[in-house]
Amino acid sequence: MSNDSYVTDDGRTIGPTVMEMKNITLRFGGVKAITDISFDIREGEIRAIIGPNGAGKSSMLNVISGFYVPQEGEVWYKGAKRPPMKPYQVAEQGIARTFQNIALFEGMTVLDNVMTGRLRQMKANMFEQAIWKGKAEREEVENREVVEKIIDFLEIQAIRKTPVGRLPYGLKKRVELARALAAEPSILLLDEPMAGMNVEEKEDMSRFILDMNDEFGTTIALIEHDMGVVMDLSDRVVVMDYGKKIGDGTPDEVRNNQDVIDAYLGVAHD
Amino acid sequence: MAQSSQATGGLTSIPALLQRNAAQFADKDAYREKEFGIWQTWTWAMTEKEIEALALGLINLGVKEGDFVAIIGRNRPYFYWSMVAAQSVGAVPVPVYQDSAAEEMEYILGHCGAKYAIVEDQEQVDKIIEIQEKLHTFEHMVYIDPRGLRKYDHRQLHEFSHIQAQGRAAHDELIGELKSRREKLDYDSTCVMLYTSGTTGKPKGVVLSNRNVIESSKNSAEFDALTGDEEILSYLPMAWVGDFIFSVGQAYWCGFCVNCPESADTMMTDLREIGPTYYFAPPRIFETSLTNVMIRMEDSGDLKYALFHHFMDFAKTAGEKYGMPKRSLAKPDMKRRIKNGWRYAMGLGFAMETIVENGIRMAFTKLRHGSKAREHFKAKDPILLNLYRGNLRDYFKYRMGNVLVYGPLKDTLGFGRVRVGYTAGEAIGPEIFEFYRSLGINLKQLYGQTEATVFITAQPDGEVRADTVGVPSPDVEIKIDDNGEIHYRSPGTFVEYYNNPESTASTKDPEGWVATGDAGFFEEKSGHLRIIDRAKDVGKMADGSMFAPKYVENKLKFYPDILEAVLFGNGKDRCVAFINIDLTAVGNWAERNNIAYASYQELAGHPKVLDSIQEHVEAVNRSVADDPMLAGCQIHRFLVLHKELDADDGEMTRTRKVRRVIVADKFKDLVDGLYDGSSSVSTTTEVTYEDGRKGSISATLELRDAQVAPVASKMAAE
Repeated sequence: MSNDSYVTDDGRTIGPTVMEMKNITLRFGGVKAITDISFDIREGEIRAIIGPNGAGKSSMLNVISGFYVPQEGEVWYKGAKRPPMKPYQVAEQGIARTFQNIALFEGMTVLDNVMTGRLRQMKANMFEQAIWKGKAEREEVENREVVEKIIDFLEIQAIRKTPVGRLPYGLKKRVELARALAAEPSILLLDEPMAGMNVEEKEDMSRFILDMNDEFGTTIALIEHDMGVVMDLSDRVVVMDYGKKIGDGTPDEVRNNQDVIDAYLGVAHD
Repeated sequence: MAQSSQATGGLTSIPALLQRNAAQFADKDAYREKEFGIWQTWTWAMTEKEIEALALGLINLGVKEGDFVAIIGRNRPYFYWSMVAAQSVGAVPVPVYQDSAAEEMEYILGHCGAKYAIVEDQEQVDKIIEIQEKLHTFEHMVYIDPRGLRKYDHRQLHEFSHIQAQGRAAHDELIGELKSRREKLDYDSTCVMLYTSGTTGKPKGVVLSNRNVIESSKNSAEFDALTGDEEILSYLPMAWVGDFIFSVGQAYWCGFCVNCPESADTMMTDLREIGPTYYFAPPRIFETSLTNVMIRMEDSGDLKYALFHHFMDFAKTAGEKYGMPKRSLAKPDMKRRIKNGWRYAMGLGFAMETIVENGIRMAFTKLRHGSKAREHFKAKDPILLNLYRGNLRDYFKYRMGNVLVYGPLKDTLGFGRVRVGYTAGEAIGPEIFEFYRSLGINLKQLYGQTEATVFITAQPDGEVRADTVGVPSPDVEIKIDDNGEIHYRSPGTFVEYYNNPESTASTKDPEGWVATGDAGFFEEKSGHLRIIDRAKDVGKMADGSMFAPKYVENKLKFYPDILEAVLFGNGKDRCVAFINIDLTAVGNWAERNNIAYASYQELAGHPKVLDSIQEHVEAVNRSVADDPMLAGCQIHRFLVLHKELDADDGEMTRTRKVRRVIVADKFKDLVDGLYDGSSSVSTTTEVTYEDGRKGSISATLELRDAQVAPVASKMAAE
């Protein structure tokens, strides 16, 4: 836990710790998915979690988003210990996420999908919504404005009215990001945002992630397989293998860490 | 200045026209841009304020008279304002293609010694920063979209809105300066400098004066009776002379509204939402639209499919006669409304009466001669109103088609309100042209170039044909020299090529005649001009017959599945061709025929694709053989290229014209292969990605022989 801020080489200010994992252990019956992991996320940084398949990365993200409740350990958020929570309560605290395998409403348009990201901000009740006067109308206009800014930001204007089901994979990923962003989160969790994309789509996505961090000051925690992307994007990296933390530090530190090299390249057993 | 400006009432510059518009059409819409999903509007009065603030800001920044200000970005009101603001302070706007690579920009900015640049976003800022060290005169850069730029060094970098704010703050000190600079502008001061796309060699900076731009805009607006009520969608590159004339020259002269799309991808949606009345597009856009329509009709249900084809066949004959919009679509006043209402009432009554009458007559006929009547009705078109004869029936049928097919189709394409449409830049396929004309879209051709401030010839309403480019535009004189090259002289004739007196002298003679570099002739019957080809591309075959590559290439390109073709054969004994397939059209065909493919390259090499291209080539050969003068240009061998010709690789200009010499040089091994008779060639080609990185692709191409049609007998008689 650190309270000081510092400025990175490219001029971004990284604030104090906003979220801290303390000795998290997660078990599914007899299987230990995560064993005694601790790390922190600082305000305004891009924090990557990497590791080989089955290392427990997604489980970690699910712990942060409140979907899994760890058997041992504590999650500290904004200086207070977080009690076990339902995912929607976590969302209300300002943590939004995207999913590894896209979870959008396929039959709805892109605009409607992104609007669902604003639901947390809409207070009008069912009757007001149905009559569509006063509060409901005002709210919709306000929220639509936010959503349109995000659509503009992610350059998806051309598909605004297209049903999501008709979109190619790369664009769906972007729509999902838009929806997460619409919630105006203070921490954004991205589960493999670049999986299955080609080089050009990856470059676009990287730019969006950097711009998001820069423009809105969003703290980002992401899981990614593409090492090149991770090393370029992130400020600090946590490396996991078989549910254990084997490295934590800046991309350069991690790159030179012998355990990490072994986990990724394999070790010769004589 | 005093005499020459009388024709335009003292309005001798674009800023002067802006002042007039702001006074005359204050509350009329001048600019619209879709932003955040909503059309944002600026009236002429607001536009004037915005431009004034920016102009003051530019003075504040240190812009001097005669400085060059580069404008780099897609069509947005801010850039149009920037151009006019630059003019207001006595500077010269230089729009640059926004998709140019950094080196291309370096050449242009270096050549004119631009001190300032107004650019769109981070992408352009990065490009300029990359080349900044080599530009010795460069001082400041203004950007519009601040995204991602916050951490940049802002000593030479400014945000557009800040410049405007500074201008507003310094209003009282600088307004006198601005006014005096604005008043100094006259008919002969430079309006804009546009760089040619450079089909051969480096781009040249064409200097256009206010006279050029305003006279051309005035003449062409009168030619097509353009009013202040037109709506246009500006989506063509701002660095292209056409966009400057339509979106600045004519817009300021007439005072009509310029609409800017939300992004390049939303162009079609925005087009539909705006429904322009005046529309301009290169043939490629029309081709793409038509291809899309045809592909979607293939996927439609039987009824729609039948209706579409029935009415489109009918429209081919009747569209020209019944479909064309009236000369002016201005909003009708009360008197016209009453008149129209009366007409509709009469028409309705008449129609009711005839239907009733027909019904009664049919009933009687059926009663009296049952079988005969059935035959009679069967023999005719199974369409209502088949008792009418000739013209009247066609008229009604076209109206019906309008309700069922043409209207909805035009609406979908965004052409619902088009009153005047132009295509230029390349020849348009007769079938494509006919398709749009028969829908009742008044699509016409014009012939022009940057050096002429666009207009050389244009087709008047009612005299439109696919194979000519029309009669000389107002005030344009044309002569054709002994070699067949077209020369013109007009008020739009450019001042000079910037910093390039040799080129100026070789293009423009002391009397003001400009050589176009195109070969053509006037048709005796109609007085219309017909273009054959670029004069320097026209060559001779080994046997002395004429080699006109464009003529044959255009015939090939009129097939929807051929995107581009390049013909070789100058000085040789026979012709060979490179062909680029159209991925959309061929891809759709492949899907329909269960042909799996993973890439452009794979599809381009598929034997079935080659078969169908071969059919097209042979059909073109037959049609070329009909013309004894050009019969030597038949294609003996051809190949389908493994990559699309691309401007990033230098194979085309930014306006998508093929750079013949570069293509011939780059693919020399393939040309040699075509001539030495080998049946396949393996090759490796360097490609440039959009971000400037290089890569390479290798392929083994199949070279095919095409059947050549026997040449018409005249050759023997000679």
